[in-house]
Amino acid sequence: MSNDLVILKDISRIYHKGKERVEVLHRLDLTIANGDFLALMGPSGSGKTTLLNLLGGLDKPTSGSVKIGDAELHNMSSSALSKWRAVNIGFIFQFYNLLPVLTALKNVELPLLLTNLSAKERKKRAATALSIVGLDDRADHYPRELSGGQEQRVAIARAIVSDPNLLLCDEPTGDLDRETADEILKLLQALNRDHNKTIVMVTHDGQAAQYAQYTLHMDKGTLASRESA
Amino acid sequence: MKYFYLIWKSIWRKKVRTILTVLSVFVAFFLFGILSALNQAFTGVDDVANAKRLVVLDKVSIINSMPSAYLSRIESVEGVERVAHASWFGGYYQEPNNQFPQFAVDPQRYLDVYPELLLPDDQRDKWFSTRDSVVVGRELSDRFAWTIGDRIPIYSSIWTNKSGSQVWEFELAGIMDTDDPRGSTAMMLIQYDYFDEGRAFANGSIGMYILTIDDIENSASVADAIDAQFTNSASETKTSTEAAFVKSFVQQFGDISLIISLIVGAVFFTILLVSGNTMAQSVRERIPELAVLKTLGFEDRSVLGIVLAESVLVMAFGGLLGLGSSWLVANFTLAGSAQLPGIYLDVEAIATGLFYILFAGILAGIFPAVRAMRLTIVDALSRA
Ligand SMILES: Nc1ncnc2c1ncn2[C@@H]1O[C@H](COP(=O)(O)OP(=O)(O)O)[C@@H](O)[C@H]1O
Ligand SMILES: [Mg+2]
Repeated sequence: MSNDLVILKDISRIYHKGKERVEVLHRLDLTIANGDFLALMGPSGSGKTTLLNLLGGLDKPTSGSVKIGDAELHNMSSSALSKWRAVNIGFIFQFYNLLPVLTALKNVELPLLLTNLSAKERKKRAATALSIVGLDDRADHYPRELSGGQEQRVAIARAIVSDPNLLLCDEPTGDLDRETADEILKLLQALNRDHNKTIVMVTHDGQAAQYAQYTLHMDKGTLASRESA
Repeated sequence: MKYFYLIWKSIWRKKVRTILTVLSVFVAFFLFGILSALNQAFTGVDDVANAKRLVVLDKVSIINSMPSAYLSRIESVEGVERVAHASWFGGYYQEPNNQFPQFAVDPQRYLDVYPELLLPDDQRDKWFSTRDSVVVGRELSDRFAWTIGDRIPIYSSIWTNKSGSQVWEFELAGIMDTDDPRGSTAMMLIQYDYFDEGRAFANGSIGMYILTIDDIENSASVADAIDAQFTNSASETKTSTEAAFVKSFVQQFGDISLIISLIVGAVFFTILLVSGNTMAQSVRERIPELAVLKTLGFEDRSVLGIVLAESVLVMAFGGLLGLGSSWLVANFTLAGSAQLPGIYLDVEAIATGLFYILFAGILAGIFPAVRAMRLTIVDALSRA
């Protein structure tokens, strides 16, 4: 058995805008091994977010196959993809996307509502996830009472609380200052190293990419080059 | 139910807006409850009215009276069981505001035809044996604090007595109850013989006859047979079931049920717009958040369910408060009103209210909920 977690084969993704046909991803192949931490760089519009969405089962390729673990995403219904995502994927966004009406702890607990865990167990796991990101003392704060860096930590706790294998991060430090960004990146690095999370991180920031094991460069919907850190 | 906390918190996302919506829903259902209770006062009587009882009135107008000789002729009609009669006294107690129905009746006949009226034996005997005595329903004795033995002056706006006065004085012989929970006892029964001998004109006339029949199936044929007796006489009759009579009497006030339905309809339309708009706004503001829920693995129909549940919860919150308050007001405050007896919010109206709460909640939430359900994550997040 190979150690490959993600196998993308001959992926194309075509959008139609009116009569215009936009090929955002063009015959792309990509393999990601279990435990990899890779950065995805490239100019705006090169298809990074689109690729990430395909990896997370938020979108389907126009052609080609997406295999992650045993799941063949290109063949799955949207309901099956939802269930699969809940177990296998953690998402981290540039703008955190926390629910403003819930405390940090309740935000982190959210994905666990989809499990059969008891309320007590859910709370315990959410608290554990918050302590992994170093925010135990902010459990009862609402997002508006937290700094950007703290909000992103809560979002990371939410992404790891159901213990998924693969973390997908779309410009996770894009909205943070250098110092805070470094803390977040160190946290991702620790999750990769100590908790064996496979991480794909889209970034514009060369310094951020240094935290990954290697960087893939995208250009016009294809993978242009690969460099190791 | 584990989503309840999330749903509850989402409702209060914009506190002022939600409070205003809840308030408008509260007002709507309060109004619904009160109007339903009023409707019960106006139309509930037909449930009480007994289809086994027929009412004989003058064909031309219910104000006209009929000869007392009709009694035995009605009694002789095949299928008729018992016949009573009642004549409108049209009076008030002390001041014109204190109006309530008074009827001059033959006591024995009247009680035979209205077995639901309960009168203790000693009071009945006293009434039967005292010519100028009356009995009243408990609603009236409570309202005016009358006790047995009181002498009660009643001013009649129709009948002058032989001494030339419109004030008649009666002795209170008994207080009636009813074993029909919806029946009203807000009335006074006067002895017909005393009334007829005492009045200055129209002696020997009767306002209406009330009769029971042996079989409810025969009501139409018995009614026809009675009216046939008096065709081409000076005073022709119109016989109908008591229920139909009460209904036509109530119709004099206009079609109360229709008016109430129209008001309730308009109110519901308004709250549908108000809370539908609230839900639409709330979904529009939360598109990225709803997309995040889907990203986390919430399925489309769960998101639909969550938004619908929010809508139903807001409606239930205001609606239950409104319905509950109207129940308190109608059944505990207004129910004692003697001006309009029979105000009552019954189980059927409450059940209808609950159904409307659910229905309006779903209707107000359905379009925003479907929108939330159809949201594709990729589009929604790229807008964030
Ligand atoms: N839903 C969509 N419909 C049409 N075009 C889209 C859609 N999503 C993305 N695109 C287009 O695809 C291209 C790549 O987008 P994206 O993957 O977001 O790039 P990146 O994340 O690298 O900036 C862009 O030109 C964008 O306009
Ligand atoms: Mg992007």
